[in-house]
Amino acid sequence: MQKHLNNESNNYICISSDRSWTDLRLEEVWQYRDLIVLFTKRYFALTYAQTILGPLWLFLKPFLTSIMFTLVFGYIAGIQTDGVPKFLFFLCGTAVWNFFSACVSDNAKTFIDNASLFGKVYFPRLTVPVSKVTAFLIRFLIQISMVLIILFYYCVNGNVSPRFELWIILPFLLLQLGLMGMGVGIIISSMTTKYRDLSVLVEFGIQLWMYGTPVVYPLSQLPQGWMRMAALLNPVTGPVELFRFILLGEGLFVPASYLWSLGFTVIVTVLGVAVFNHVEKTFLDTV
Amino acid sequence: MDDKYAEMQEAGLAIRIRGLKKEYRLGLIGRTTLQKEIKRWWARKRGLEDPYSKIGQPKRIKGDRFMALNGIDLTIHKGEALGIIGRNGAGKSTLLKIISRITAPTEGEVEIIGRVTSMLEVGTGFHGEMTGRENVYLNGAILGMTKAEIDSKMDEIIAFSEVGEFIDTPVKRYSSGMYVKLAFSVAAHLDNEIQIMDEVLAVGDMEFQKKCLQKMRASARVEGRTVLYVSHNMSTIRRLCDRCIVLDEGKIVFDGDVDKAISIYMGTGETLKTEVQFTEKHRIHGYFSRDFLIENLVITGAKEPVYPEKGKALFEIGCRALRDLRNVRLRMEFWYQDGTKIGSMLSNPVTAVKQGPCRFLLEMDLTGLTRGQYYADLVAYCGENGVQELLDGVYPGIVFEVINSPDVVHHVEWSHQYWGHIRLHDMRLMLK
Repeated sequence: MQKHLNNESNNYICISSDRSWTDLRLEEVWQYRDLIVLFTKRYFALTYAQTILGPLWLFLKPFLTSIMFTLVFGYIAGIQTDGVPKFLFFLCGTAVWNFFSACVSDNAKTFIDNASLFGKVYFPRLTVPVSKVTAFLIRFLIQISMVLIILFYYCVNGNVSPRFELWIILPFLLLQLGLMGMGVGIIISSMTTKYRDLSVLVEFGIQLWMYGTPVVYPLSQLPQGWMRMAALLNPVTGPVELFRFILLGEGLFVPASYLWSLGFTVIVTVLGVAVFNHVEKTFLDTV
Repeated sequence: MDDKYAEMQEAGLAIRIRGLKKEYRLGLIGRTTLQKEIKRWWARKRGLEDPYSKIGQPKRIKGDRFMALNGIDLTIHKGEALGIIGRNGAGKSTLLKIISRITAPTEGEVEIIGRVTSMLEVGTGFHGEMTGRENVYLNGAILGMTKAEIDSKMDEIIAFSEVGEFIDTPVKRYSSGMYVKLAFSVAAHLDNEIQIMDEVLAVGDMEFQKKCLQKMRASARVEGRTVLYVSHNMSTIRRLCDRCIVLDEGKIVFDGDVDKAISIYMGTGETLKTEVQFTEKHRIHGYFSRDFLIENLVITGAKEPVYPEKGKALFEIGCRALRDLRNVRLRMEFWYQDGTKIGSMLSNPVTAVKQGPCRFLLEMDLTGLTRGQYYADLVAYCGENGVQELLDGVYPGIVFEVINSPDVVHHVEWSHQYWGHIRLHDMRLMLK
């Protein structure tokens, strides 16, 4: 565990084997904020390097997924979408779900993907997941601009009535989803340093998780009973449903479910950072 | 905590290490299979020896635990340039990794005053798709600089790296020389008070290496930074450091004067011997099968290991083969006394070696070696069809001295510093 004492330019560090779980060392992450910005930039520079369509992929992926969902779930399966235009409903859902699931699955690989970097130089490891969440948030904001254009079209035609007065809480909602995804992701990542099986499970688990979340169906379509109960206990249900409610004006907002989701976010974030910091110190001896 | 800080400040210390230990769990390092684990467990249950334990393992292995560092106490003053030397596996890298906070110690503590730059590898985090400039920013930030600091140093870094107008080209288009030069420049321009380096000076061409060395020396002597430097290259240690420690089996065996440290590391701490028994201490760590062990070496045909130039050396080597072997060869890898590896001698193969003890006679022609002291690693291997199977290696296999001989005319005393250590065949010069 490391203690810091800033005394003008002199900083004193004591490295020893005793480990404190309570010190989250967040001030150190803040000192490296420039690194977070650079990591975020690097993500965009590298993801679209040497692709023909480049950043256009940002729009293509959710667009094509939503068309597919509209066909399969909207028309073939005939899922009702609370009177909201089907395409818009699925577009909103996939955009927000993709943001969350990227935060989970990408951060779940933090240690394994960065083993060689972490083995050569010290910097607060938490900068990596934080920059990933930042990058995904920016990606989401770019994608949502497409959603807004389509939303505007339907709005003018009178098909949807967004709750503009609630838009102010959108940033908070996104931050919550980002933190929850990061928390879950880094807990998995901390565990995969020892048991690689988990990384195989992650992709699969996230897919299952999506079907347990009202992404391809509205919460209101679930019959009262154990199914709705289970969906309400899913901590992602609250934010996703609230997000659609604010944007599209339709959705089932259950305060208890949302409060549980908030509590879950706080727990998983704090626990995640603590576990992550703990594993970070010696994980190189085990990979 | 404040007291400790004040105490260190008063003594002018940059780093204070007390009782540092690092233990590795072997089962977790060498990836074993579940099957092996079970067999191992079963053998332990019946009180038998571990079926997978190897002969020739270092003594520090206790059960499935390995002490990479076994109680290090060290204080380093501000502005000191400390060299760290030791054989492979002595614990040098582990020590640097703990000081640079890459891994945590098992016991003991390290106190540091000042920001630490660790250069265990140059170009950490460099990415081929990004331009030189972008990589400088990212690499600098990883090493702990803020964007403003990098901005203020950018011109200096570009000038030092000699990359010039290519700075805005993706580094994947760089030659490997340009790549390391740029990477080193970033690290060399950090303002941190403590710099940790693991043989990073072995980059670029001779000119650039010289420039780097000057830069490092300046940062220690002029700017008062503390430098920790690990290297196998004794001449850079000698030029850069003013104090040196020797690590062996996770402990500091010597701390002090650089030349003394180097001579201890090179084996001259021991006198020239006519007979050497090789123990675990001499075994080189690495991918040796240890199916064949070099056990002792006796010098025959000379009273002591001192030979005239162009002389012949005769040895008798005692070995033990743990199975029947074919085409066993020996290789002598020579070091000059300053720690430069100068060349190797290969032997003919011995076609059939039966299981059990055996003795060999070895004759070496020393033509070409000039006056001075030499060490040789002795490596046994099987070599066929271009594939080498390492059997065993000992270090130093032999220590010997070459003296001037009346039969060899020099006209001028041989200059090791400028001419190298080997006198190649003489040339013929004729008037046309």
